[in-house]
Amino acid sequence: MSRHLISSADLSRTDIEGILATAESMHDLQRRDVKKVPTLRGRTIVNFFFEDSTRTRSSFEIAGKWLSADTINLSAKGSSTSKGESLRDTAMTVSAMAVDALVIRHGASGACRQVSQWVRCSVINAGDGMHEHPTQALLDAYTLRTRIGELDGKHVVIVGDLTHSRVFRSNVITLAALGARVTVVAPPTLMPSGIDAWSETDGFETSWDLDTVLAGGDPVDAVMMLRVQRERMSGGYFPTAREYTVGYGLTRDRLDRLVARNADVLVLHPGPMNRGLEIAADAADAPQSVVLEQVSAGVAVRMAVLYHLLAGEDAGSTRPAAPGAA
Amino acid sequence: MTCPDLSAPAPSPPTPDDARDVMSAGDISRALRRIGHEILERNKGSDDLVLLGIPTRGVPLAHRLAAVIASVEGREIEVGELDITLYRDDLRHNPMRVAYRTRIPDKGIDGQVVVLVDDVLYSGRTIRAALDALSELGRPRAVRLAVLVDRGHRDLPIRADHVGKNLPTSRDERVDVRVSEIDGVDAVRISGGAGR
Repeated sequence: MSRHLISSADLSRTDIEGILATAESMHDLQRRDVKKVPTLRGRTIVNFFFEDSTRTRSSFEIAGKWLSADTINLSAKGSSTSKGESLRDTAMTVSAMAVDALVIRHGASGACRQVSQWVRCSVINAGDGMHEHPTQALLDAYTLRTRIGELDGKHVVIVGDLTHSRVFRSNVITLAALGARVTVVAPPTLMPSGIDAWSETDGFETSWDLDTVLAGGDPVDAVMMLRVQRERMSGGYFPTAREYTVGYGLTRDRLDRLVARNADVLVLHPGPMNRGLEIAADAADAPQSVVLEQVSAGVAVRMAVLYHLLAGEDAGSTRPAAPGAA
Repeated sequence: MTCPDLSAPAPSPPTPDDARDVMSAGDISRALRRIGHEILERNKGSDDLVLLGIPTRGVPLAHRLAAVIASVEGREIEVGELDITLYRDDLRHNPMRVAYRTRIPDKGIDGQVVVLVDDVLYSGRTIRAALDALSELGRPRAVRLAVLVDRGHRDLPIRADHVGKNLPTSRDERVDVRVSEIDGVDAVRISGGAGR
């Protein structure tokens, strides 16, 4: 693993298991009176969010603070970006302040990869457009493993707006690395083009029919509902919200059928939820729902990621070169 | 970044060819029995006593000491694990290591007599980190230190209360403690060093 975390594919199974093991000890910290450890004292982490976010940004900020790093939050509005500064100039400016890590959320797919080529510090992808969101996949894997143990052979169904979903792209990679079997379900209009070749290489199943998958021969261990991303939808991907719910929403009835086949089934949602659209309020608040556990795991997993990227021996590379070299 | 393979049992580094045993299984067992008695004598019984092992090999040693104390006193005492990885001062100079979990007995450590248990006492930096970690978990009435081997060369003003064996070494020698729970064998070995 490099000093960046851009894609879930950057992580081997050994890397993932190391991060999740560290996350367990980080999770213990959350239950203590004093939650701070001195591990990253003196490091500076900039959270640069060009897109709106509640849980990812706050959990990265808390994660950095509990590890004793100094964290700064920047958003596109209120920074020089709103004056027209380019992404490259903004990134180089922040990097020139000798920060140790740059956590970036950006609306453009591939923005984090670009930035990692321009700066000296570690770059962590907190969601780039429709590309990837690797820390979300790690915290989903952490939540699943906490409840159902090792994921080898477990069946996870991911349902919803696959075309626009970075959560789905990172999750299929991480879940496959941990040995889970994944089925992805979406209406034909929200199924990414070229997914057939992709599903063959990464070894997951695709389907247009949720009820067939839920009733299929393969009992479901967990179902992950994706948010319908209205802000990324310009055209008519489905006729009405009601029609989407009937075909692809996790309704009370579908949850009952899942529980009847497997009492320990889990319901995940990366948030924010559109209650009544992709997930019924009954299902979101059901005992099978681990949505809040995902949020709680988010801080621990992001602490583990910061620790693994910034605490080791290679992490001193942001220090300026010898005096006079410039 | 490389992480240790967690699916495998804890790693036992290969023993160098010139390794010599300085403590046998019997020596270790006798030393632990003596330390157990010393802890009880010093504490005037087993009231408010908590043993905290420092991973990796301090943990099985702490459990063995607890068994010794239980056999003498006729009652169980609390044992926990204190991982100090997040408090180390040398993280920047060493390869990444996974942070293990800290397990503190449910009743906590406030007002208790905490005995830290580790395999080898060398620079004292691990114990410095352990004291920092402890101070954020609560306020023990007293903290004591029990080690199987004290090999000298302290960098900090720290000393052990209970020592299994004082082992004079040079800095270029290596001391390996092997415990059967992790390595399948009980032994203390010394290797390396000039002129051997």
